[in-house]
Amino acid sequence: MELRNSIDGGRGLYDTFVQLMDFITGIFKTSLGRKYLMAITGAGLFGFVVMHMLGNLLVFAGPAAINEYAAKLQGLGPLLWVARIGLLGMVGLHIWSAIKLTSENREARTVEYDAAVEPVDAHRRGDIVAKFAARTMIFSGLIIAAFAFYHLAHYTWKVPQINGAGADFELFYVAADFTTTLEGGEEGKDHADIFKMIVTGFKVPAVSVFYVVAVGLLCFHLSHGLSAMFQSLGVKNKNIAPWMDRFAVCASALIFLGYISIPVCVLAGFIK
Amino acid sequence: MDKLMNLKLKVWRQDNADDVGRFEEYEAHDISPDMSFLEMLDVVNEGLIESGKEPIAFDSDCREGICGTCSMVINGAAHGGQKGTTACQLHMRHFSDGMTITVEPWRATAFPVHRDLVVDRTAFDRIQQKGGFISVRTGSVPDANAIPVPKDQSDLAMDAAQCIGCGACVAACKNASAMLFVAAKISHLSLVPQGQPERERRALAMVKQMDDEGFGNCTVTGSCEAVCPKEISLDFIARMNREYGRALIKKGTI
Ligand code: HEM
Ligand code: SF4
Ligand code: FES
Repeated sequence: MELRNSIDGGRGLYDTFVQLMDFITGIFKTSLGRKYLMAITGAGLFGFVVMHMLGNLLVFAGPAAINEYAAKLQGLGPLLWVARIGLLGMVGLHIWSAIKLTSENREARTVEYDAAVEPVDAHRRGDIVAKFAARTMIFSGLIIAAFAFYHLAHYTWKVPQINGAGADFELFYVAADFTTTLEGGEEGKDHADIFKMIVTGFKVPAVSVFYVVAVGLLCFHLSHGLSAMFQSLGVKNKNIAPWMDRFAVCASALIFLGYISIPVCVLAGFIK
Repeated sequence: MDKLMNLKLKVWRQDNADDVGRFEEYEAHDISPDMSFLEMLDVVNEGLIESGKEPIAFDSDCREGICGTCSMVINGAAHGGQKGTTACQLHMRHFSDGMTITVEPWRATAFPVHRDLVVDRTAFDRIQQKGGFISVRTGSVPDANAIPVPKDQSDLAMDAAQCIGCGACVAACKNASAMLFVAAKISHLSLVPQGQPERERRALAMVKQMDDEGFGNCTVTGSCEAVCPKEISLDFIARMNREYGRALIKKGTI
């Protein structure tokens, strides 16, 4: 009581502070709290994945469209950094809770059953055994994380050694019309030629294959993750669950098609 | 009467909690299809006792699907995998003559094996003790219907109250998660007026105890719901998540 009065003169700030700390402990230190974290960061990352795809699809509208879009993003300045740090935070929390939850799950079941699942009603097997996507979330997730790192090195940090195209994306610039290639552009002054970078990047078959596989895994992750997310957030019930499951599958399929259309069209020569 | 069956059993035997345990094979002769799975084990045990061997230890009490003690995984499925059925209510007619049946105890770190098929499920009791009750004044019995309960609420509460605490949900879950059980218990009392005064405290305390007991976390596989003899719905886990979020915001701590 004395401490409380000395802090805020009894105005309740101390209580609010204690309650806030309890709330934070409740989120980070308990199973259900971490499931919330997982679901909220998963939802945020899903939002990013959708926006990123829509942005990328501008490549079909020609060099000017995507280069101008990229220039606008770059022009956001500090906001861009807020978004980047937010994303990094979400990835960090998602991975942290994923590893924590998964290792707890392993410890909770250290001995596996000897017999394969053969219920007396054979048709119920599919309901009793966890689906493959659900059993492999940590692996699909970690591979996506590894891919994301490679992807950043490829197109954001533009590390020439890993693009396999024998080109330095750092040197790809466009003139003010966002279309004409500019030789010897200057960083910070001229606009990057994102279009040329995409075409050159995906012309390398191995790069495209890796990309398609990674996006496939992401969508596999989402096919379970999106429907689990509604459950973790407590908004699922038997009436709407079938729609949520359909949403998860359809959204994953659309994201898959949206992303892979770009390397596929580059390799097929539709985008050049 | 239907034809009697002969079966082969492969049963987990473990002398005590410290023993490493092993599978042993037995033959079950002249089993009637009308016997329950436990009656079949009784027959095998009588044979074992007659030949001077240690009978297979397993839990059972009511043998009518309401006490939840008959924990065993039959051919990889908790309670044998018939819809809404405990092992004591599972009939031998679901098995065919000459078949080999594997019988194992619940496998979960939080449910250590005591002996053979008997596991220690007191972790569930400790979770219940943290909040699976309502505190009422002592005194005379309250008038019937003194507290109005909306019909749909009470129906839902009764669905949750069906849980018999058997632990099949934990046994079937690849993460040995107890969330279906805890969700049933939290939901049951949060749905009726009598449970309101302790609503937040209950959610926070029971979830904490569940974590402390070393159960895993739900990854929404649906295995628990599929094996639950009382067909407790996955919806209650979503409800528990809501209850917990609500309690964290309203109260923060136990
Ligand atoms: C763009 C990247 C990602 C997106 C959009 C995404 C999305 C999601 C979503 C929506 C969920 C469901 C949340 C829930 O269970 O309530 C989820 C769960 C999960 N994610 Fe991710 N995730 C991504 C990356 C990762 C990474 C890098 C990992 C690696 C550690 C990972 C591991 C997991 C695990 C283990 C689960 C829990 C699965 C479950 O509860 O069944 N995810 N993810
Ligand atoms: S939820 Fe179902 S499976 Fe789990 S303890 Fe209760 S009755 Fe048994
Ligand atoms: S012995 Fe009581 S439920 Fe099976």
